[in-house]
Amino acid sequence: MKPIQDIESVTIRFAGDSGDGMQVTGNQFTITTAIARNDLSTLPDFPAEIRAPAGTLYGVSGFQIQFSSEQVHTPGDAADVLVAMNPAALQAGLKYLKNNGIIIINTDAFSDRNLKMANFQENPLENGRLKGYQVFPVEMSRLTKEALETVDLSHKEKERCKNFFALGMIYWMYTRSLDPTVQWIEKKFASKPVWIEANTLALKAGRNYAEATEIFTTAYRVVKAKIEPGIYRQITGNEAIAIGLIAAGEKAGVNIFYGSYPITPASEVLQYMALYKNFGVKTLQAEDEIAAIGAAVGASFAGNIGVTATSGPGVALKSEFMGFAVMVELPLVIINIQRGGPSTGMPTKTEQADLLQSLYGRSGEAPIPVIAASSPADCFHTAYEAVKVATQFMTPVMMLSDVYLANGAEPWKIPDVDKLSPVDIHYARAGDAYAPYRRNDKTLARKWALPGTPGLEHRLGGLEKEDVTGNVSYDPDNHDKMTRYRAEKVARIADFVEEPQIYGEPQGDVLVISWGSTYGTVLTVVERLIKAGKKVSFYHLRWLNPLPHGLETHLQNFKKVLVPEINLGQLRQILRSRYLIDVTGFNKVRGLPISVQELQAEIEKMIEEL
Amino acid sequence: MADNPAVDQKSAKANFASDQDVRWCPGCGDYAILAQMKKVLPEIGVPREKVVFISGIGCASRFPYYINSYGFHTIHGRAPAVATGVKLANPELSVWIITGDGDSLSIGGNHLLHLCRRNLNVNIILFNNQIYGLTKGQYSPTSPVGKRTKTTPYGSLDTPFNPMSLVLGAGASFVARTIDRDTKHMAATFKRAAAHKGCSFVEVYQNCIIFNDGAFQSVTDPKIKQENLLYLEDGRELVYGADNDKGIRLEGLKLEAAALNGPESRNGLLKHQETMPDEAYTYLLSKMTERPDLPTPIGVFRALERPTYDEVFMQQIDDVTQKKGKGNLKELFITGNTWKVD
Repeated sequence: MKPIQDIESVTIRFAGDSGDGMQVTGNQFTITTAIARNDLSTLPDFPAEIRAPAGTLYGVSGFQIQFSSEQVHTPGDAADVLVAMNPAALQAGLKYLKNNGIIIINTDAFSDRNLKMANFQENPLENGRLKGYQVFPVEMSRLTKEALETVDLSHKEKERCKNFFALGMIYWMYTRSLDPTVQWIEKKFASKPVWIEANTLALKAGRNYAEATEIFTTAYRVVKAKIEPGIYRQITGNEAIAIGLIAAGEKAGVNIFYGSYPITPASEVLQYMALYKNFGVKTLQAEDEIAAIGAAVGASFAGNIGVTATSGPGVALKSEFMGFAVMVELPLVIINIQRGGPSTGMPTKTEQADLLQSLYGRSGEAPIPVIAASSPADCFHTAYEAVKVATQFMTPVMMLSDVYLANGAEPWKIPDVDKLSPVDIHYARAGDAYAPYRRNDKTLARKWALPGTPGLEHRLGGLEKEDVTGNVSYDPDNHDKMTRYRAEKVARIADFVEEPQIYGEPQGDVLVISWGSTYGTVLTVVERLIKAGKKVSFYHLRWLNPLPHGLETHLQNFKKVLVPEINLGQLRQILRSRYLIDVTGFNKVRGLPISVQELQAEIEKMIEEL
Repeated sequence: MADNPAVDQKSAKANFASDQDVRWCPGCGDYAILAQMKKVLPEIGVPREKVVFISGIGCASRFPYYINSYGFHTIHGRAPAVATGVKLANPELSVWIITGDGDSLSIGGNHLLHLCRRNLNVNIILFNNQIYGLTKGQYSPTSPVGKRTKTTPYGSLDTPFNPMSLVLGAGASFVARTIDRDTKHMAATFKRAAAHKGCSFVEVYQNCIIFNDGAFQSVTDPKIKQENLLYLEDGRELVYGADNDKGIRLEGLKLEAAALNGPESRNGLLKHQETMPDEAYTYLLSKMTERPDLPTPIGVFRALERPTYDEVFMQQIDDVTQKKGKGNLKELFITGNTWKVD
């Protein structure tokens, strides 16, 4: 029996060719880890190319998971373990690996041809290139084929099971049960018994090999984390958005109309929504971005809740309709899943550079409430809340997500359907003396009058409206009044939505303010620094417009305010101009999340210099 | 019902008049179109709360303000997109899109094509005046080559769109043309459009008295129009002229005008068929306006029934719901691999 060592947290990166099944491997490891009650966060890293040639660097598909006995908020900066199924995966994965990290290599894939395609002049297994790492070379292809000798499959088919062999090894290393994956295999391949046999054999062979061979000397154990009781499932940001929208529609008792045009990384939301027609969800793959939002606005006019999703370039095309929606004061949700820009930019890489576009990218004074999701699972709550505010205030709402949240996954504590907050709608009813722009005293929202209702016939349009009647008006004072109403209505949303809570002490040296997907990184860093006795606190903004009432006081209670963003300082600019406070930025625009390590170093430096 | 049908007709027309002042230029062709629409609407059997007028931007697009039904004055070129959402949100509504040549053939060209292709059950009325009116007189995508306007002081170089050919190519199931001066014909055409199940496209030759007066003189001037107009009637030969003394024949792949002098000269005359499934005939009809030697056809070019988008759209929702059962949120939440933490 080999020794078992307890450790707090581990980050593993699985990397292989697109066809090597790395996403399946990663997902299986995730489920097993969740069942073993570790907290975790994951990030798939797909190639941008649809069918990249085998063995190429740009065809490498990766999957990273961090799991721990403590709370985990990010998929981990750098990996402790890299599983590399071929030379390209090794070449691409090395930059994600910690010094002295473990590399488990499928040596059978290290042919001259594959080495050349991965830009290795020489075999790195032989020339000392991997010095400083713990290298475990394993003939995975050969061992898998040997284990499957009696199985009625071709050589090529047998080799395809090598990802389960690799998974079996990792299961041994981290003292995991094989049962959840065996059960999954049995369900997945129920109609193909030969594949159940093959994959299960490969999984067990990997585990047995790791246990028996001399190269693996130690197994590790990560003890159970304290996790809130409940039922959980893995969820990606994009799937969470779809489910959040459907839940809001159900709660409101109104059909969701989802108009969209395929665009990376938002297309998946349309794909999910199209599946759920039995919830009365109406999906339209429109002819372009403009038609997608136009149809959504039309659907809202006629009584459905119009929703559209896209990324930055699509928002640019939709901006005229967003301004129109501000003018006609109808509920509408626009979801921007941000990617690297400007223009086509880096469609599969993450960025937070559309904040100013969301807040201001329209003609005229056109305020739109903006809410940003902080994690993949939070996309559910954010989408739900966006619909709720859109209907309550009769306004377009912009929801921000990004590539990192869209593709990333984490355990989602499944909420109690009956406890979801109600979605309020104020309709004008037949028989009402209806004035299209008469407003609610508290919310300033006008009432929704649905075509088909006798007696409520009215005309809406993009021309300025007269207060109360909604008739076309070019009166100067009326325009001033209506412009202020539109701004005030959005400002009042802050009175109705939940204020964010400050994490840490209400005063101290450094206050870190973040929005969107940097949440996990900032929380991890601030937790660590507080543990280390530093006077650091954290305030995460959920609504970017309107900003929460408590923000100004918090800003004044710290010596320094730091805003980390994956842009050149867009929120920082807003905070500076609005509160006249010298906010510092920490900005990286590399298409990658900000790492825990670099942010921690920055804050430590800041404290030292105080 | 009132005893006097004339009074009833008048009150019905008033029923669709809104309280807004109409602000088109005096003498604009739009007035005639509005009047005919208000006359036709009470006759189509849809209560006004179920009627929705949707427009883009342009002179024509002010139309919804003047009809007392639900109305949506949207943004330039995008009315078909908005109409798609309206109709799919509530297929029971009678949806009318009001647009102009700039609105639907230039900035909104894409949406028009896709509306026709999907065959959404709506009516689209294109006010074609071959000019940009609201922006004060620039050439439009239907202006003829050589047209001198503010932006083409030396004559337009652009080959114009043929709206009828365009929508036929996009698969429109109902295609018709009428003229603002011919009010009876216009009313009849609107009625046919309303009755058609599917995307009904009506081009109205509309005179812009300020910036393009007389653009359609050859088909509106009482002295010459009979020689230049071909009234399409289902099942009737393509015959025209003040004395019905000319006809249209197919020579090879081309249409030819033929003088009718004696019974034998009628041999081979084309007979109009709205339901011709083959596009070639209707397409040839649409191209007649590009031939100076041929008359301009007005009336219903095509009226073909095919499944409407809103119909199949709602049907699919019903089918999926039938198959999977009505969606249950609790079940949706726990889809996939779940685990329990005690």
